[in-house]
Amino acid sequence: MNRLNNINKINRNTQEYFSRFRIPSGCAVFGVVNESGERFSGQMVMDGISVMHERSNGLGGGFAAYGIYPGFEDDWVFHVFYDDMETKRQTEDEIARNFKILFGEEIPTVKISQIVNPPVIYRYFLKSKRNGDAFETEEDSIMDFVMHVNRDIRGAYIVSSGKNMGIFKGVGFPEDIGRFFKLDQYKGHLWTSHGRFPTNSVGWWGGAHPFGLLNWSVVHNGEISSFGTNKRFVSRFGYECTLSTDTEVITYLLDLLVRKQKIDIELVHLILASPLWEDIERMPVKERDILKALRILYGSALLNGPFSIIAGSSDFMYALNDRIKLRPLVAARKDRYLFISSEEAPIRRICASPDHLWHPDGGEPVIGIVRKKEIKKEIKSVRKIQDNKKFTKLVNTEMISLNKSRGDLNGSGIKAI
Amino acid sequence: MALELKQSEFEIERDKNKCISCEVCVRQCSNDVHEYDSDQDTLYSDNSKCVGCRRCETLCPTGALKIRNREDQFKTNYNWTSSHLSNIYRQADSGGVLLTGMGSDRAHTVYWDHILFNAAQVTNPSIDPLREPMEIRTFIGRKPERLDFEINRNKDSKESLKDTNIKLKTKVPPQLDLSTPIMFSAMSYGSVSLNVCKSLAAAASEFGTYYNTGEGGLHKDLYGYAKNTIVQVASGRYGVDVDYLNKGAAVEIKIGQGAKPGIGGHLPGEKVTGDISNTRMIPEGTDAISPAPHHDIYSIEDLAQLIYALKEATNWLKPVGVKVSAVHNIAPIASGIVRAGADFVTIDGLRGGTGAAPQIIRDNVGIPIELAIASVDERLREEGIRYRSSIIAAGSIRSSADVIKAIALGADAVYIGTAALVAIGCHLCQKCYTGKCNWGIATQDPYLTKRLNPEIGTRKLLNLLRGWSLEIKEMLGGAGINAIESLKSNREHLRGINLNDRELAVLGIKHAGEAW
Repeated sequence: MNRLNNINKINRNTQEYFSRFRIPSGCAVFGVVNESGERFSGQMVMDGISVMHERSNGLGGGFAAYGIYPGFEDDWVFHVFYDDMETKRQTEDEIARNFKILFGEEIPTVKISQIVNPPVIYRYFLKSKRNGDAFETEEDSIMDFVMHVNRDIRGAYIVSSGKNMGIFKGVGFPEDIGRFFKLDQYKGHLWTSHGRFPTNSVGWWGGAHPFGLLNWSVVHNGEISSFGTNKRFVSRFGYECTLSTDTEVITYLLDLLVRKQKIDIELVHLILASPLWEDIERMPVKERDILKALRILYGSALLNGPFSIIAGSSDFMYALNDRIKLRPLVAARKDRYLFISSEEAPIRRICASPDHLWHPDGGEPVIGIVRKKEIKKEIKSVRKIQDNKKFTKLVNTEMISLNKSRGDLNGSGIKAI
Repeated sequence: MALELKQSEFEIERDKNKCISCEVCVRQCSNDVHEYDSDQDTLYSDNSKCVGCRRCETLCPTGALKIRNREDQFKTNYNWTSSHLSNIYRQADSGGVLLTGMGSDRAHTVYWDHILFNAAQVTNPSIDPLREPMEIRTFIGRKPERLDFEINRNKDSKESLKDTNIKLKTKVPPQLDLSTPIMFSAMSYGSVSLNVCKSLAAAASEFGTYYNTGEGGLHKDLYGYAKNTIVQVASGRYGVDVDYLNKGAAVEIKIGQGAKPGIGGHLPGEKVTGDISNTRMIPEGTDAISPAPHHDIYSIEDLAQLIYALKEATNWLKPVGVKVSAVHNIAPIASGIVRAGADFVTIDGLRGGTGAAPQIIRDNVGIPIELAIASVDERLREEGIRYRSSIIAAGSIRSSADVIKAIALGADAVYIGTAALVAIGCHLCQKCYTGKCNWGIATQDPYLTKRLNPEIGTRKLLNLLRGWSLEIKEMLGGAGINAIESLKSNREHLRGINLNDRELAVLGIKHAGEAW
């Protein structure tokens, strides 16, 4: 069951083969969150990211969407890529042993000429039946399971594993990936997206962004030159980098710092893109001591090299640049919407006149927080419309395509161009 | 005296046309190689006494002297080399253990020279250290597993964290704060002259790094550099009392040394003169013998007791580390040391220097530092305790490239000994144990020690630290990294060349040409 060590023995047409290469890449990132928890269609994000077509090369695109499965808000949702049906059978056995499967189906897609050779793609809605005693938290047991599948089952990749969220990604331009997964029919309160420009010809579905673990999703433009250091740092806490991407290690760092070590999200940038020593030394004593302690302890968690990232979680979106801003990042607000993008154009495409548009400094985070209360409110209102009968109904009623003119988002006041 | 079978290693060529009989060579040589014959008004040299230190050659004002290695000491033989033959002749004469100084000169594989560093191209911009900040500040000491904060935030207020009341709950243990990841290795007053100690201390202090007293105690002239002093506690406990411990910024327990693993030390009574006797706190003229083991450490739990005793003695204000030589089981040994409570572990490799060691031990016992660092870092990470202690690599760090490679293999910082001595004049003649160092370094003879002006020594050492630090920044920037902590154990940036699979596996690096 263990993965083979000799890459020459692996069939070259499989995800397994490609997963062995670490692929540095240039990219486009784009994210939108509605801080009131109101949900909007994936079409908006697809429109936005498509403007940055030039920033990707067709070897990877993807979306993370939060709030898309309100009927299953308390259940785990796995999106899984399989190389073949045998792998699927094997993985489903494992899932069945560890979870109560509420529902599972092939993720609906449409055949389009731009998307070739997709893996077998399934989603499962699950309740954990793993023995709680073996792990400190339920999240830890989910993480352990995801790591186990991704590491030990050849050709099976759990690409998202959170609650009321999902990651849709693959090889292709992001706008095509969006069409392929019919994302215009999903509604969520937080979306991130990614168009990829890998610097070699290897494109594989599991290696596309966003990268996810539990509720986390990360899209990332850049290359982490501290990868080796960061990888070793997270490995101490049980995170194994199996997908050979920089983005994977960023996701684990966020999970470690925010979920496990309970470091306030507002402090995280002081670790991932810590201020320079010369700045720290000029600060008032109290702040200086805190920053010094952070750097001394978390030096190995510093992300070095050029990056702009957008991380999604169930109730916030978090964007950060490397500390000397070697990658572009633009942010804008309109009413309760927060937009974050590699370039300004996608923001203007969706929202011609934002209230406020700015270019965050290197190491300065942008955080859009959705109050949990408001997400709940939204879930309730959705439930009201739904008939609460069959599962398929639950999912499908979500897939309301926006018949209104594109961009008028449920009367949110944001007009498209 | 019977015929000496050993051949002279060097040949001294004197160009009679250039020689002006100024007798500089005569005065400079403590080995009495050169002699002036006033009757003939000419100078003679005795090849057999020459140690090859190049002092006379360097100082000859007319360039009349050339010291050449003799290639033809003996008939060429790849098995019975000149050094084996000479050693046997010497031992047949003396019946003793052959001594030597400095690090091993054998042709052991130098792994540094088989490792190549990375640079960024296109996908990742390289960073110009002249235009962008480049940080090489390093902290040595125990790190807690995590930091906990107390944040009192008004739930409804929108104020950012900056304005709220945030308190650090975790106490960070004492740390050494290095402006560059390079420190001066342990060299005791006694093995080297006070002027050397002064140069090292002043340079460390001015540059913002640390020097190590070695096991010879701390001379009162060096008290002013306390903030940049690591005091050593070795098996002889020379000069150790509570004041000594508290004079340092950190304490290092010396278990072993790369040049002589498993062996103690010996400073002959003749060298234990006034000041040294005071500093070491032993009677004048007595041999200073450091036993092979500490007589109160016969197991790891004994070491733990000493570590905590020293922490108590210094009020838990100073990091306490342990220095060991790199031996075959260094990984589990280091793990034990970390678990015993050491705040840093110094590992001294096979090629590490010494003032005096049995040659047979120096050349044949221990393992190279590169392999030791790689396996220790790996083991500590596997056990999940790497964060607890810092690792300092020592044992023949010859250039800034060696420093960078050591850190990428997993060290936090390095110690340099030989490189520092070379900066102040050492020519590696390896005769430190004779006490006749013509460069005024490994000697206590006032006629010789005054040859090293501590102010000039300090300046040279500062230049060395500065030069290496600049080179480290250049290499870091080239690799697209702007903080040294992002290089630590980042073996993705190293590739091996001309190494076999086993060696690559131990070093944990890919071969050159293998990409991600």
